[in-house]
Amino acid sequence: MSEPARPAATSADTAPATVAREAIDQPNGPVAAVLLATGIGSLVLAILVVWAQASESFGTSLAYSDRVGPLSGKTIWAVVAFLVSWAGLHAVLRRRDVNLRTVWLVTLVLLALGLLGTFSPFFELFAPEE
Amino acid sequence: MELTSREFWALIHGILLGGAFLVAFTGGLAGFYSLRPEYVTEAGVVERTRRLVLGTGAMAALTWLTVVVGTWIVYPWYREDIPESPRSQLLANPDTDGWHTFAMEWKEHVAWIAPMLATAAFVIAAYYGRDLIRHQPARRIAMTLFVGAFAVAAIAGVLGALITKKAPVT
Repeated sequence: MSEPARPAATSADTAPATVAREAIDQPNGPVAAVLLATGIGSLVLAILVVWAQASESFGTSLAYSDRVGPLSGKTIWAVVAFLVSWAGLHAVLRRRDVNLRTVWLVTLVLLALGLLGTFSPFFELFAPEE
Repeated sequence: MELTSREFWALIHGILLGGAFLVAFTGGLAGFYSLRPEYVTEAGVVERTRRLVLGTGAMAALTWLTVVVGTWIVYPWYREDIPESPRSQLLANPDTDGWHTFAMEWKEHVAWIAPMLATAAFVIAAYYGRDLIRHQPARRIAMTLFVGAFAVAAIAGVLGALITKKAPVT
C-alpha cells in the first residue's frame, strides 16, 4: 500500500529558525515589569513575615481571617504588591527598552531577600524574648 | 474505605494539583530548554511555542490554585486551636515541635513565592511568543524563573508531605 502523497516541505518550514525571519523589535519593558514585580512581591512577603514575627500586635492585625490567622494578611498584601507593582511598572515601561541584565540582577537580589525572609530559622531570630 | 472531607481537600492540594503541576513543569521545561535556533525549524517554532505558552500558563494557574487551596482550605484545619489539630499535636511533643516551628512555618510562607515566579515565566513566554527563540537572554531568564518556581514548590511540597506523615489533617 502506498502512502498518501505529502506536500513537499517549503524552505521556510525546514530552515533554522534564525534564518527565516528577522527578529522583531519588541520592547523588553513589559518583561522588566513582571520581573521586578515578582521581586517586589517576594520582598513584601518577607518584610511582613519578619515584621509579624517581631511584633505580635502587627501579626494579629494581619489576621483578616480568624481561621487562617496572620498568614491571610501576609499573603494578601504580598499578592497586592505583586499585582500593583506589575501594573504600575508595566504602564511606565511598556514601550521602553531597558537593560535586562541589570533588571534581572535586581530581581535576583529581591528574590534572595524574599527567600531569606520567609526562611523560618531566619525570621524566628526576630521573635521577642519570652 | 472512604475519605473525610478534610482528607479529600488535602488530597486535592497535595496530590491532584501537585501531580498536574509536575506534568506541566516537565513539559514547560522541555519546551524552554529546546527552544533554540539550532534545535528547531521555523515551522517547529510555532508548534513548540504554542505548547510552551500553554504549559507555562497551566503551571502558573496550578501553582496559584495550590497555594490558595492550601492556605484557605487545608491550613485552617491544620492550625485549629484544639488539642487534636495537627499543629497542637506537633507542638505538644518536644520531639516533633520542629515539624511546626521549622517545617510548617517555612512551607506556609515560602510557597507563595512560587506562583509569582511561575507567572513571570508564563508572561515572558506569552509576551514574546514565537519570537522568544530570538530573545535568548529572555528565554534563559524565563527558564530560570520556571525552575525556581518548581524548586520553591518542591520545598513546600516535600515539607507538606513529611508534616502530613507526622500529623495528618483528618
